[in-house]
Amino acid sequence: MSLSLLIVQTLNGLQLGVLLFLIAAGLTLVFGVMDFINLAHGVQYMLGAYLAVMFYGLTGNFLFALILALAAALAFGLLLEFTVFRHLYDRNHLDQVIATFGIILFLNQGVKLLWGASPLSLPMPEMFSGSVVLMPGILYPVWRMVIIGSGLAIALILYLLVNHTRVGMLVRAGATNAQMVSALGVDIRRLFMIVFGFGTMLAGFAGIMIAPILSVEPGMGDTILILAFVVIVIGGIGSIRGAFLAALIIGLVDTLGRSFSVDILRLFMAPSPARTVGPAIASMLIYLLMALVLYFRPAGLFPVKGR
Amino acid sequence: MADPVLRVEGLTKNFGGLRVTDDITLDVRPGELHAVIGPNGAGKTTLINQISGLLAPDAGKIVFGGEDVTALPINKRAERGLARSFQITSILPGFSVLENVALAVQARRGSSFSFFGRAADEETLNMPAYAALLQAGLAERAHAPAGELSHGEKRALELAIALAMEPKLLLLDEPMAGTGREEGERIVAVLRSLKGRFPMVLVEHDMHAVFALADRISVLIYGRILASGTPTEVRADPQVITAYLGNEME
Amino acid sequence: MADTTVTATTAPVVTRGIFAGSVLPLTMFLFFAVLPLFATFTAESYVLGLVTRVMIFAIAALALDLLIGYGALISFGHAAFVGLGAYAVGILASHGIKDALIALPIALGVSALFAYLTGIVCLRTKGVYFIMITLAFGQMVYFTASSLAPYGGDDGLTIHARSTLAGFPIFGSDRSLYYICFVCLLGVYLLCRALVASRFGRVYRGARENALRMSTIGFEVIRFQLVAYVIAGVIGGLAGFLLANATDFVSPAYMSWQRSGDFLIMVIFGGMGTLNGAILGAAAFLLTEEWLSGLTEHWKVIFGPLLVLVAVFAPGGLIGLVTRLRRMIRG
Repeated sequence: MSLSLLIVQTLNGLQLGVLLFLIAAGLTLVFGVMDFINLAHGVQYMLGAYLAVMFYGLTGNFLFALILALAAALAFGLLLEFTVFRHLYDRNHLDQVIATFGIILFLNQGVKLLWGASPLSLPMPEMFSGSVVLMPGILYPVWRMVIIGSGLAIALILYLLVNHTRVGMLVRAGATNAQMVSALGVDIRRLFMIVFGFGTMLAGFAGIMIAPILSVEPGMGDTILILAFVVIVIGGIGSIRGAFLAALIIGLVDTLGRSFSVDILRLFMAPSPARTVGPAIASMLIYLLMALVLYFRPAGLFPVKGR
Repeated sequence: MADPVLRVEGLTKNFGGLRVTDDITLDVRPGELHAVIGPNGAGKTTLINQISGLLAPDAGKIVFGGEDVTALPINKRAERGLARSFQITSILPGFSVLENVALAVQARRGSSFSFFGRAADEETLNMPAYAALLQAGLAERAHAPAGELSHGEKRALELAIALAMEPKLLLLDEPMAGTGREEGERIVAVLRSLKGRFPMVLVEHDMHAVFALADRISVLIYGRILASGTPTEVRADPQVITAYLGNEME
Repeated sequence: MADTTVTATTAPVVTRGIFAGSVLPLTMFLFFAVLPLFATFTAESYVLGLVTRVMIFAIAALALDLLIGYGALISFGHAAFVGLGAYAVGILASHGIKDALIALPIALGVSALFAYLTGIVCLRTKGVYFIMITLAFGQMVYFTASSLAPYGGDDGLTIHARSTLAGFPIFGSDRSLYYICFVCLLGVYLLCRALVASRFGRVYRGARENALRMSTIGFEVIRFQLVAYVIAGVIGGLAGFLLANATDFVSPAYMSWQRSGDFLIMVIFGGMGTLNGAILGAAAFLLTEEWLSGLTEHWKVIFGPLLVLVAVFAPGGLIGLVTRLRRMIRG
């Protein structure tokens, strides 16, 4: 276990955390304001990546691909909202789970149909490829720094929006008590659409940004969806602040856990069992964390009151 | 004088910065109907919630039947005979009226961890349930789904469920809330027929009912007990008249 | 205690309507009982194998219906119980222990213990938090199984010989396995029916409608929910035991969250809170899957929107649809 490895993995953990935040923010708002469980949020992330690949193929320029893909992802998300989700806001969670599960199946298969099952790749912009020297002996990819940077910037923008604008206030109020907000004369449907659209774009953005690093393939949204749900549950549903903190914690715990579980266990047991038990515990770590948090705080760390 | 069935000492509850019940001390003697009155927001329901176990007090003590129950959960207090009815009707709408009450009987009698036999057919549970329904004037509606009852009938059902618990103390949170005159009078008649059988704490806004039924009245204003005594004493208390009764009796 | 004031779109059926009477279950079980006689005229092994899996999944679905239909405890980790039961068989078999007299109690015991320990934690939460924490525990079991390298890890474990009962190979032939599953399904169905109508069941169902009212009457709601959760876990473990024998194989996929989602779909498809719906739903799910995947390899493109349509337009599932039709016909 070397210091440089520790630093690199901490940065990776931050990057994962920031990515999770981008996805979890939309999820927690939609859930908090509209009481709608959207399992299909993960495929929004996947779609963002696929659309970026497609537009890059058409334009050859990453920035154009980014903008076009964001617009297309937003349009598609609103289409989904209009055709399917709108009918489910008044239903119980189970119906929402089934419907959005169906959308996952449909879209995962759909992208396989359109683009094939083999993983695709998206090249990162020239000026951001390559690595930068952070400290003597520590090289870190520039693109990952870009992801961290843009994620933090978006977090700041979200904070300002939610806490210092009128729309943000309505969103916060809606997360606490949507019926009251509606009774006060606010067009709750429009608010829903704004929240939903925004969340969709965030997820799509996350997918686009991660595409150059991971491979773009069907089902890539599924694992990240579960992680995002863990984030919002630990953070407290409806709370952006909770999502931010929880996302960073989970990103760090998961990444550092996977890198160093075997080494840590070697302090307590022989190398061979450590090598089998380590990865198993590493995968379970965040779920253990969630179970622990829920045991002491059954509504997460920063529950939004009124639910 | 016999020991009080219920004694509440220094009961205090804060919500955020607001002190909803403020150092409340009162007792309930055997067989008496002790009414608690006061304007909306005075803390009456919060008081009932703390006595029944729904809310934990921030300070103070609740002694029921000589036992300190302050830390006991709702169901354990119910086991000991502490029954309550809710201000906002809380029944099982999908079950029949009879089953709603039979469940209360079931809680008193024998084990509920029996996995065979049809509970709905058990006469040992249905008979006492039916008796409670008779008392509450709901016998003809026994087989109707509870969700289809009128508002007044639902209030009566709340009463019947509480009765079926064979209570040692009955907490009634605005049993007449939202009822019309006829239904309200029916509830008053039921309560009058129950007087003396077991002590009751009655929270109500309807002053006619309160003065017709109560043995003692405690007046709650802004979470504190302003006055406590017989109806005559309370009615004549100048503080009470200014703070509350003056408006109500007009 | 878990908050169970979620209202489902249909009330749980205990004594209402003729569909909850004997006609439907009698027909279903009669069908299962005589199928092998007709199967001799067609691709016997394929049909028997398929319907055996239907019955096994129906057993698991019945347990889940107990939870979601009658208790409003929406578990997204039900596959864990099935997987645990299956792995009990697989792991013991890999050490040469095939006797059902040993494997079955262990399968049931492990599921029960897991249900008890996780139930204590899960039932403190409500709503979506409950859904998530059951998912989390399911994932933990999944990852544990994936990392068990000596037992196949990610690839799974082939079971080279089916269970025996005190030395008798009664699980050996497709037919006898079919009838064992049939008997188990019948037994579980009758057990669930009895449970739901019993004193215990009434408190449990009451807690679903109004948990506060139940504790005000004097019931410790969480104890009832925990017992129901453990019973559901044990039944799931039974399904897992049978599944391992039916497929001669166990893999972590048996406990994946997607599989838990499949079980939820089965119960919803059929109509939750009816018990009959769980059996119908398991059959509908598996048969639709078989049929559609025979049509095209991209069958999920059809299956997905089908789920959406069911969720939006037919929340009561098949049984809800039929009930509505009958009501419309009667006018």
